[in-house]
Amino acid sequence: MEIFIAAVIAMAVIGLVLGGVIGITARLFRVEVDPRIELVAELLPGANCGGCGKAGCADFAKSVVTGENPPGKCPVASREQVAAIAQALGIEAGATVKKVAVVLCGGDRNQEKVQTLYNGVSDCVSASLIAGGPKGCAYGCLGMGSCARACPFNAIEVVNGLAVVHPRLCVGCGACVETCPRHLIKLVPRAAKVHIYCSSPEKGAAKMKVCSVPCIACRKCVKAGEEEQFVIDGFKVSVNYDAASLVGTDILGRAKCPTGCLLSETGHLKIEAAQTGEVA
Amino acid sequence: MTPNNSSRPLTFKGGIHPSKDGKALSRAAAVREAPLLAEYQLIVQQNVGAPPELLVKAGDELKKGQLVAKAGGFVSVPLHSPTSGKVKEISRIPGPMGVPVQAVIIVADGNDEWGELMPPLDWKTAEPQAVRDRVRDAGIVGMGGAAFPTHVKLSPPPDKKIDCLILNGAECEPYLTADHRLMVEFPEKVLRGAALLGRALGVKDIFIGVEVNKPDAIEILSSQAAGFGVKIVALQVKYPQGAEKHLISAITGREVPTGGLPMDVGCVVQNVGSTAAAADAVLEGKPLIDRIVTVTGEPVKTPGNWRLKLGTPVAEAIRFAGGVTCEPGKVILGGPMMGFAQKSLEVTVMKNTSGILLMKKDDIIQYQSTACIRCGKCLDACPMNLQPGSLSAAIESEKFDLAAKNNVMDCVECGSCAYICPAHRPLVQHFRRAKAEIRNRSKK
Amino acid sequence: MSEEVKAEVQAKIPAQAETPPPVMLPKGNELVLSSSPHIHAAENVPSIMFKVIIALLPAVFAGILLFGAAALLVIAYCIVFSVAAELLWCKLAGKPLSTVRDLSAVVTGLLLALNLSAGVPWWLCLIGAFIAIWLGKQVFGGLGHNPFNPALVARVALLIALPKYMTAWVPAKFMNGNAASYARQFFTPAAWNSVLGAPLDGVTCATPLGLVGTTAKVLGPAPGVFAEVANPTAYLQYFLGNVGGCLGETSALALLIGGLLLVLFKLIKWQIPVFYLGTVAVFTAVINYCFPGVTPPALFHLLTGGLMLGAIFMATDMVTSPMTEPGAIIFGIGCGIVTCVIRIWGNYPEGVSFAILFMNALVPLIDRFATKKPFGYHPWDRKKGAQA
Repeated sequence: MEIFIAAVIAMAVIGLVLGGVIGITARLFRVEVDPRIELVAELLPGANCGGCGKAGCADFAKSVVTGENPPGKCPVASREQVAAIAQALGIEAGATVKKVAVVLCGGDRNQEKVQTLYNGVSDCVSASLIAGGPKGCAYGCLGMGSCARACPFNAIEVVNGLAVVHPRLCVGCGACVETCPRHLIKLVPRAAKVHIYCSSPEKGAAKMKVCSVPCIACRKCVKAGEEEQFVIDGFKVSVNYDAASLVGTDILGRAKCPTGCLLSETGHLKIEAAQTGEVA
Repeated sequence: MTPNNSSRPLTFKGGIHPSKDGKALSRAAAVREAPLLAEYQLIVQQNVGAPPELLVKAGDELKKGQLVAKAGGFVSVPLHSPTSGKVKEISRIPGPMGVPVQAVIIVADGNDEWGELMPPLDWKTAEPQAVRDRVRDAGIVGMGGAAFPTHVKLSPPPDKKIDCLILNGAECEPYLTADHRLMVEFPEKVLRGAALLGRALGVKDIFIGVEVNKPDAIEILSSQAAGFGVKIVALQVKYPQGAEKHLISAITGREVPTGGLPMDVGCVVQNVGSTAAAADAVLEGKPLIDRIVTVTGEPVKTPGNWRLKLGTPVAEAIRFAGGVTCEPGKVILGGPMMGFAQKSLEVTVMKNTSGILLMKKDDIIQYQSTACIRCGKCLDACPMNLQPGSLSAAIESEKFDLAAKNNVMDCVECGSCAYICPAHRPLVQHFRRAKAEIRNRSKK
Repeated sequence: MSEEVKAEVQAKIPAQAETPPPVMLPKGNELVLSSSPHIHAAENVPSIMFKVIIALLPAVFAGILLFGAAALLVIAYCIVFSVAAELLWCKLAGKPLSTVRDLSAVVTGLLLALNLSAGVPWWLCLIGAFIAIWLGKQVFGGLGHNPFNPALVARVALLIALPKYMTAWVPAKFMNGNAASYARQFFTPAAWNSVLGAPLDGVTCATPLGLVGTTAKVLGPAPGVFAEVANPTAYLQYFLGNVGGCLGETSALALLIGGLLLVLFKLIKWQIPVFYLGTVAVFTAVINYCFPGVTPPALFHLLTGGLMLGAIFMATDMVTSPMTEPGAIIFGIGCGIVTCVIRIWGNYPEGVSFAILFMNALVPLIDRFATKKPFGYHPWDRKKGAQA
């Protein structure tokens, strides 16, 4: 019996002493935390994707409370979530331009004309360091999925040697943009549904040697659309994402792109027309 | 200063002995002049550092040796026309790294006529500064592979005291024999160049390190070296004996500090090819417009060494060597340990192209790498004493900070670890990737 | 270029244009892209495993010679079951079957067999093989990822779970000096026991270490109590392997030949066995000298039990031993100390398996600190480059 009493007393004393120590240290080394930061962090989606440019949602919450960033800068949060944060803090929500990533290359295995055998690490950065990778086009998607592995939302899929973005899953955080050694991934306004899937600055003839779907700068799309909806840069045309009125899917029928690099999102994904409603 | 006074050949710690030497294919083949081609594709940037500034345009007439591009900064060199002819166009051709690069397409007029040469200097009286300027004006870079402008190495900052010039004649890469033939056939050029570079640096100790598998080169250089104040050092046959830091370690026993340069331990290392080019530039006024290239490999009909003009396409170089006996499975610029596999035969000879190596399809290891079995062979092989096994594990899981902490940036990409790895792990490729990623991050 | 050469060059150009030489040029459409180096040493994982098997053959032959057909059966069971276990795992886990072909399962099975008594039933081999391959190796991610030596994991698990079978030692066939009856004895009841799966009964014996353990317990520490097991005649028998014990551990001679082969093949770091054995020798010699009667002399310890097998084949397993030479020395010394402590003061007569498993657990730590000085660093300032 004595042994029980001794044990109980000993435990109680140890507990009291340690509890006291914890209490004192908690007082001495107290860190003032703005309760609003926790509130904002809770309202954020918590994806920790880094799309806002901060180290994570907690960091972003801090920057929102300090006024460094508007809540709308979170690419993942829905409009309602942003509004809720703004309301909680009593501030402006900030402009939210919803962005989406797009891989500006259309050369999958069926389209590229030159493909060298490659024996090595299946990683785009590694492959690009060996004679520029196995792809004939030095500016095309290597299709080894470095971007897909970097995507925290599993929105990128490598289909037949070409990375494609599923717009429905993509939140536009931009984690993939940095990983691409060919710099093919761009964040564009979600409203843009048509893209020119080619990033090669080479001459048309050189591009045609290695790929069957390059932009050869024939400008048929430019003529079919409005001048400011496109940007002509050397031997390559791209969609002007800053234009007041983005080019719509109706251009596809009018432009009659001879190579087929002018595609809608769904065209790039190679999804049948019947399924487009579901994706859009 | 003398290298450790032992009669045994010197070497460094670590390294490997490649089972396939391959030098026998082209060792005995004397350097041959290549016939003139109809067209040369001269890549504009053939040096590390700032790209040269192009001075010509389509339609311009050129003489052999005429300036095509001038140096684009201090760490940059000019470029000269390899032959006389006309500029067809300024175009983009596949570079050795796969990315299209700017090139001058020159259509030869068949006369191969020299333009105005730079005035020759007297080799006994040439001033150090004059030698340095001439080496720069002749467009000379490290011809062993690095393509670093030679004149920059000859102009160390005043706080670095240089007491030793080492010429790299180790040629530790299997298959390559370009430097070997150069030393055997043009020993005087190498020795004169050595003395001139030594004068430019103001050093008395000049060594030429040669691996003992080139006894003829050691003999012929030694017999003439005394008159030039140059010492010939026999080195053990081991890869990578010709790596700059390990050559210094073998000859002087000094260790270049991490992230440092040979000048931090008072040494300057030059390739023997660059040295001979420097001799040509100073004594004859000729710019660097051609170089000795080993065209070799089992599929090549007559492997050998050719003096190829810059801008010679690889396909043409193979034609000089009699073509092939079978379709090659790999075309490599450089040697088998550090050379770059090519996907196109359109790439052209550059100032740092020491060899064109073709490999038979059967000899190509289509490896399937398996898990590291921790045998530790890579640790013994690594000349930098890194831990390739654990580094590659860190890189595979994209822990680049950990890799940096474990000194991945010190990796010289010699390939010893990947050569020896029984699990066929692509170690060098991992390290290249990590170095690229870490460099990208530090840029931000 | 001289005038002559120039003339020659000019002469060549039209000639070439008229009659193109019959040169076969590469088409360049089947080129392979890969990172340097483009050549590779001939050695690969299967060849390493094959060499290990070669090095194990002397011990295998010694085991069969000493313990008869029963030993052969146990070896066959272990190898077949190990390969089957590997195959089954790869099938179930959907892994490529390349790891089956790399012979590593054969090596594991062989090592497991050498660590078993010659009289164990077939089902014990089956359990052992599955413990070794599944629990010892595959759950950690397969070859290269296992922290512990798989064969030792199986041996220790069996030793603790089934001590009755694991310590029923078959006597060596030469033990009683009756060489004439060797041929008859080669097929002993033990072999048939193994097939039937029945426990070994009748002919068993004790190992020298077991004898020592019992002696020390019964008689207490006194000088001279070990005279019977520790004398030159006995040492010769131990050296040849003519004692009871696991089928692969008794013959020091065969194991030393195997060790020599391993060193010649450059498959092990010689520091591990040398420092392991050296530590045991020094440790036991000191105890033997300072406290007479506590433990037999050093030579006895070196020649008996699983020490030779452990030091040469089990501790040196590439996957579970340190990668650097200084690490190997630390590892060897650690194994030696733990072995001696268990042998002299522990409850088990033999401590080699436990010692090696214990040190296996410390390998990541050893590897982290026992590294070489990277080239270009001061010995006391290794991480300078990383901080800069």
